[in-house]
This record gives sequence, structure tokens and C-alpha cells, in this order.
Amino acid sequence: MTKPILSVRDLSVTFDVRSPSAWPWTPARKLHAVSKVSFDLLPGECLGIVGESGSGKSTLARAIVGTIPSSNGQILFEDSDLANMDPRQRRVHRRDVQMIFQDPLAALNPRMTVGEIIAEPLVTHEHGLSRKEVKRRVGELMEKVGLLPGLINRYPHEFSGGQCQRIGIARALILKPKLVICDEPVSALDVSVQAQVINLLISLQKDFDLSMLFIAHDLSVVKHISDRIAVMYLGRIMEMADAETLTTTPAHPYTQALIASVPIPDPALEKARPRPILEGELPSPISPPSGCAFRTRCPKAQPLCAGDRPVLEDIGKGHFVACPFHAPERALVAG
Amino acid sequence: MALLEIENLQVSFTTADGDVNAVNGVSLDIDTGETLAIVGESGSGKSQTAFAAMGLLAKNGRATGAARFDGQDLLTLSQRELNKIRSHDLAMIFQDPMTSLNPYMKISDQMAEVLMLHKGLGKSAAITEAAKMLDAVRIPDAKARITMYPHEFSGGMRQRIMVAMALLCQPRLLIADEPTTALDVTVQAQIMQLLGDIRRDFGTAIILITHDLGIVAGFCDRTLVMYGGQIMEEGATDDLFAKPTHPYTRGLLNAVPRLDQDEETLRTITGEPPNMSRLPAGCPFSPRCAQVQPNCPTERPALETINGARRRACHLPVSEVA
Repeated sequence: MTKPILSVRDLSVTFDVRSPSAWPWTPARKLHAVSKVSFDLLPGECLGIVGESGSGKSTLARAIVGTIPSSNGQILFEDSDLANMDPRQRRVHRRDVQMIFQDPLAALNPRMTVGEIIAEPLVTHEHGLSRKEVKRRVGELMEKVGLLPGLINRYPHEFSGGQCQRIGIARALILKPKLVICDEPVSALDVSVQAQVINLLISLQKDFDLSMLFIAHDLSVVKHISDRIAVMYLGRIMEMADAETLTTTPAHPYTQALIASVPIPDPALEKARPRPILEGELPSPISPPSGCAFRTRCPKAQPLCAGDRPVLEDIGKGHFVACPFHAPERALVAG
Repeated sequence: MALLEIENLQVSFTTADGDVNAVNGVSLDIDTGETLAIVGESGSGKSQTAFAAMGLLAKNGRATGAARFDGQDLLTLSQRELNKIRSHDLAMIFQDPMTSLNPYMKISDQMAEVLMLHKGLGKSAAITEAAKMLDAVRIPDAKARITMYPHEFSGGMRQRIMVAMALLCQPRLLIADEPTTALDVTVQAQIMQLLGDIRRDFGTAIILITHDLGIVAGFCDRTLVMYGGQIMEEGATDDLFAKPTHPYTRGLLNAVPRLDQDEETLRTITGEPPNMSRLPAGCPFSPRCAQVQPNCPTERPALETINGARRRACHLPVSEVA
């Protein structure tokens, strides 16, 4: 078996929350944004992470990149543990792990030109490059991501959302990283532009032989781009399988409900589909339910679910489910 | 007679860069109890069409043409007359439920205000009525929660409150402008089901403005596709999705990845969304159209009716659209 490039083991991220009316000496309450998450990412693979807002998917991304400290667990990147490393050591690995952000315009410094933005990681990490060399590499990459190299001296506000996202992608790739983490890279874009950026990301992943974590709330987009998908809910992974299995025969009640809620642009299918609507809303991550996090909304909940937290177990062919009552169900069939 | 009939609507904004035409000759109608989707990307003019009909254009905006509600032209009414119609017959819900509610007012006061002003109810009667409506949009424990402030509710709950507030005077037409864009999919499904129930129980006509073709497919009787301030195509939803006859509709449907299908690569529409201050004289989609004809950039195609129920604006014959 190939060795994973990234192994996350029991990773937890908690935040301290103080209510404004509390006494200064009352201890802060813990918000569990990511709770004991484990997964492997193989070289050249794209792992999609889906979840609704508050599921902890972005926090997970930030913890792996290192912009948020993790409180527990390991992040093994090529055998070194990024989570328990001092910042100076970590800097060495930073160039190998890059990130693409959601809001393309907000992610770019408005007072820097496109050339400066894309070159910044290069100038920071590779000292002693001549100006000419930097410019050559920036121009080369701009062409690869579908930007005219002649636009190198323009400022971000002169570009549309889709073009800004291309700039963000070029900045992430200039150091030839091994792992790219995309946090909702297309959700701020119009439908027609979204398709362009998705296609670009897929072709760049092949060209640069990238391993990718693709985080998004849109299951259709995640399924299109990913080899495997992990579904998160309240900071935990509920189910993980290859994209095909997860979307056609999901086994976790939450995944099943999630897929049932995704609208499909086909009137005949859409009107014939059964629509079990998930009631209620996400519980508070400050005091998550005991046992299974989903039990408060789960149509199949049993008294047992309030007991121990279900472990993510392999039910065959790398299909992991955190539910003792898992039952794969054919999804998306007209009922 | 149609409930709302918009005829040759033009909306333009005076800006520092000159006049921008956001809506360019849009005509549409909707009957009682019907659901109509207006689909388009940002800048297509879909929201401005609704804003113009509701008299909600920004100060630098001007609307010409006609928007007849029950035979009365909304564009010519005074603010006072418009208020009367807006309360009793026309209502609107907006995309962002946080910014559409007044953060300084309790839900009870915001909702009661509507009833006191338009129905002449006393305060306590109005609050009782408002609580009933919150119950109807399935807010648990409505009686107790009505005294809370907007920030104490989640996004989905706030959107339910917006829907409840819009329904207080039992409007005949509800305009929903991207009602679920800011919400998660499971909450989106809840809100769409709620809107479906409202149409069924009250017979309310609904105009759904959205960019999401998926929710249109399951919800709307008719669909109207806009681009660059103009109508590209319109038809019965089932028919339009099955047989799109406009290159833009076709491109839009191909560009969305589908959960139930495996596409190798998405077929994209090249180029960027239009700059509204520099539209071509002809078809606004012509700079991005894969099947552009020599006369497309200069000659605006007329919106023609084909097969009775379908309207399309394209120079290319239906049989040649690929």
C-alpha cells in the first residue's frame, strides 16, 4: 500500500469562549470545533470534506495549515508531526502545504499588484532568486492558470471574481507544494465561472501531481472533484468513503439526510424523489450531545446512541461509518 | 387577467460612469397560485426586475415600462398607494435574513408593527396574531420566543421569521429573492418545503429569484432565464430543463455538476459575466456564446414565442442549437 502523504490522528481543536457577562475568574468554556478527527490522504489523491456551516471543516483546514493551533492529536505530514512542532521547525514544511481561500477578492492584498501577490511566497521562501527569474516563473504560472501574463502589473480590483480566484490558485502553486488545501474555493463564484475554476483545479492537480484537501458545503461539487469524501458534523467525521460509494449508497443517517436535501436540476427526478426533511438545527458545539453528535436530529436514534461515542469503523472496501446502526441505502432514486 | 404583468420594463441607474441599464425590456406575467422562477447569474437583472415592481429601487434608479398588479400600474403609484398594495397584496423576502430584520427591535414589535399599521389591530391582538403566524412557519415555542431579538435566532429561524412577516397580511403574491442562498442545504430544504406549504394552503403566487437551478427544478411551474438584463428563454420548467433551446440555458445546465451523474469534465461557458455598462448592442450573451453568428453582436434578437408556451431570444434556429 502506498504511504499516505498526510495522516491526521485524533486531531482536536478547541476554542475558549467567555461570555461577556461572566466574572473574570470563571473558567472559560470550551468550544469543540474539531473533535478527534482521523484520516489519511494518499499522494496525488483528492479528499473532499463536506459539512454544513459549523461542522468544523474550515477549522480543520486551518489547523492543518497551522494558522490555528490544535489542542490535541497529530498531523503527520511526511512523517513529521506538524501539530507538535515549534514554529521555527514548522516553517520548513510550510512551503509544501498551501491554501486556497473562499473569498477570492478578500484573500488578495488590494495594494499589491498581481505579480507581487503571486511572487510573494517565492521571494519569502527562495532567497537569492534574480528578479528576472521570479518574473519568468510568475508569468509561466499565470499562463497555466489562464491569466494573460500581460496583466502582471494590474491590481486585484481590476479583476472579476473568477480571475481573482485564479490569482489565488497561482499564489498557492508557485512554490510547487505537495499538498494544497482548498477551503470553499468556488462557492463565491457564479455558476458559469464556477465550472471553469473546477476544471482548472482538476487539470492542475494532474499537472502538478498535487495531493488535495477540497473543503466545500456543496456535495455535488465535492463529488465531481474528489476521489474520496469525508462527511463532517459538529466537528466529527461521520462517514468516509470513495466518492461514488458515498453518494450512491451512503450508510450514515446524516449522510443520507444530507444527500436527500441536495437539489438536482432535473424536474422529473426532483418531483419524484422522497424528501425526508431533517428537522431542527445543529446543536451547540460548546455542549455537544453525549454519544453520537447527530442523535438529537437522527430519525434512527436509539437510547444506545446517547452512550459511548460511536467509532469510525470500516464496513468494507474503505467505507468508514461512525454509526452502529449503519445501513447502506440507495440514494437518489425516484421513489 | 394575470395577477402581475410586467411589460417592457427598463431599469437604469445613474452612476459616475454614466447610465447603466440593469434591466432591458423585460416582459413577464404570473397568475394566481402560480410559481415562477427567475434564474440568472449575478448582474443578470433578476433582482432589479423585482425591486422595480416593488418600488424598492435605489435612489439613483429609474424604471420605465409597466408593472400591472391586478390591472393597476405599480410604477405610476404614489408612495402612499404603493404602501397599501405592498402590505395587502404584495410581499417580499430577501436573501440575507440577518440584515433584513431590525436588530434593535424584538420580533414581537417588528411583526406587530405591520399588523397595527395595515390592519388596525391593537398591540396585544397583533402580537397574538404574529405568534400564530410564527407557529405556522413552525418556529418551536413561538409564544415565548416572539419576545426575543433577531440575533438570538439561527439563520434558518430568521428566514422563517421573514417568511412569517411577509405572510402576515396574506399577500396574493410573494417575491422571494434568493431566500435560501445564505442557508445550509438541510435548512434550505426546510424553507423550500415551507414555501411549498404556503402556496398550497394560502394559494399564494410565488416568484422565486435564484441562481440555483436545482431548487427551481423541484419548485416552480415556469422558469424564466435572464442574462445581461434581458430574457433569454422562458418556458414550463419540465419542458425547459428537458429541451433548452437557447445556448445560454443549455450552457448553464451543462455547467452545474450533478450529484446523480458522472461528468468527466464540466462543459463550461467561456469568459466572464457581462459588464453592464459595456453591453453589446445585440445579444448580451454573444461575447460568450459558442455558436455566435455574425449578426449577434449588433442585432438584438426578438423574444419570440415558439410552440405556444415557450419564448426565446436567439438568432439561431432551434434545430441548430447544439
